[in-house]
Amino acid sequence: MTRSARRTLQVAGAGAAALLALSACSSSDDSSSAKSDSSASASSSPKLSGTVTVFAAASLQESFTTLGKEFEKAHPGTKVTFSFGGSDSLAAGITGGAPADVFASASPKTMKIVTDKKDNATEPATFVRNQLEIATLPGNPDKVSSLKDLTKSSLKVVLCDKTVPCGAAALKALDASKLKLTPVSYEEDVKSALNKVVLKEADAAVVYKTDVKAAGSKVQGVEFPESTSAVNAYPITLLKNAKNPEAAKAFIALVQSTEGQKVLSGAGFLKP
Amino acid sequence: MTSTDTSDAAADTLQGGPRRGRVRTARRGVPLPLLLPALIGLAFLLLPLIALLLRAPWSTLPDQLTSAEVWQALRLSLVCATAATAVSLVIGVPLAWLLARADFPGRGFVRALVTLPLVLPPVVGGVALLLALGRNGVVGQWLDSWFGITLPFTTAGVVVAETFVAMPFLVISVEGTLRAADPRYEEAATTLGASRFTAFRRVTLPLIAPGIAAGAVLAWARALGEFGATITFAGNFPGRTQTMPLAVYLALQNNPEAAIALSLVLLAVSIAVLAGLRDRWMTAP
Repeated sequence: MTRSARRTLQVAGAGAAALLALSACSSSDDSSSAKSDSSASASSSPKLSGTVTVFAAASLQESFTTLGKEFEKAHPGTKVTFSFGGSDSLAAGITGGAPADVFASASPKTMKIVTDKKDNATEPATFVRNQLEIATLPGNPDKVSSLKDLTKSSLKVVLCDKTVPCGAAALKALDASKLKLTPVSYEEDVKSALNKVVLKEADAAVVYKTDVKAAGSKVQGVEFPESTSAVNAYPITLLKNAKNPEAAKAFIALVQSTEGQKVLSGAGFLKP
Repeated sequence: MTSTDTSDAAADTLQGGPRRGRVRTARRGVPLPLLLPALIGLAFLLLPLIALLLRAPWSTLPDQLTSAEVWQALRLSLVCATAATAVSLVIGVPLAWLLARADFPGRGFVRALVTLPLVLPPVVGGVALLLALGRNGVVGQWLDSWFGITLPFTTAGVVVAETFVAMPFLVISVEGTLRAADPRYEEAATTLGASRFTAFRRVTLPLIAPGIAAGAVLAWARALGEFGATITFAGNFPGRTQTMPLAVYLALQNNPEAAIALSLVLLAVSIAVLAGLRDRWMTAP
């Protein structure tokens, strides 16, 4: 009974995936008509069309949205749709059969979930790196100037949980400098850690440089030298089940191009 | 199915539970258009649980569950859910009475407001609690500067978050029971000289006890599984604010097997408690 039920569920899941794939392609004519040279830079392949579906880490939201618009402008007739989220849940979606062309994750570890299942079509390539930074209240009222300052017991500090990339990186930086830090909370992702400071519930958080930049004047960033010992690499790859591989390759090329790197470094990312 | 069966079923619902003796006689008369969707509904609810059991890492289960962190999280969950239920009872039952018995303008509107936490995504509820009771919140800043009380990142904060999410279940349940209860008993008591509060304490409360118990169990179960508001308002720190659902969620990020194992513990405990309470309190006399 349970086995047949499971099979029924699989069929239903496949049907839902097919529906999603159909709706994703409905705006395009035919993706196979695009037979341009994929290894060339994005701007030199004018025959691309159709929709490119990109699964990307939440921290890439702003820069990838900008790049998506640039891509659509450079290739009229194409459309880039994004699904931003936690790298681990996106990876789980891809291995579960979600229809995506490109996957850009925030850590090699989450990318490995996809490569272990052989769902990637190309070798993942690191396209940016992200470094940690301390986010303090605007104006830095507690005069935080180093990682060591965060260990003061009077400060309420939040970290990411060690299961998420930003928490693992923070732990690495603390270990490297032999510091012991007891936070008030281990947050479930980097944005909720940042939000605790934005809402002034915590005095400081260890987050990514890009998050500090995105928060604008709501937090103040404090760089610390130990962050160099814990830098996250962001890999990007073309997926095996890509519906529009030509346009997807062109999008990856754009991300890796000088133009794309300029947008990404503008958001606070480091060169690969 | 005869009309007496229907009214029996309705009475059973009102009193908060099925009567054992009736079940066997009623089954013979269940019409197919009801039976089929009912079975599908049951299967729909049970299938995910069965899948959890089928895929559970039984061989490594003892290893997964012997860590001190698991029991710490479980104990914190039970303590906080029980405390949240207690708080809900103390302030929720009077609120339900007010909504059911007192006559005031805008009662329907207030009733809708009470159910708001049911509709609100719990994470938003958590943010709202931060804005109200956080260190920098509307009320919270006074709590901090006058009494030195800050709720976020404390166990008390977990209780507050769970109460916020779970209390509406209790209020709705008790209010429904109150509306179904005959107000003439209370009127009789007041005619005989009891004050309205004495009537509530000596007549109404015993009358609606099954409804209160049912509501309390619902609220307790909801509080036990609470995740969104808790992690947003109280954060996540082992032993202080990390309840089972938080531990499960974080384990899910890098070790799904451990997450399944933790879920099984939570399931087993809640089934044991709910089944125990149901037999003791929720069956009609």
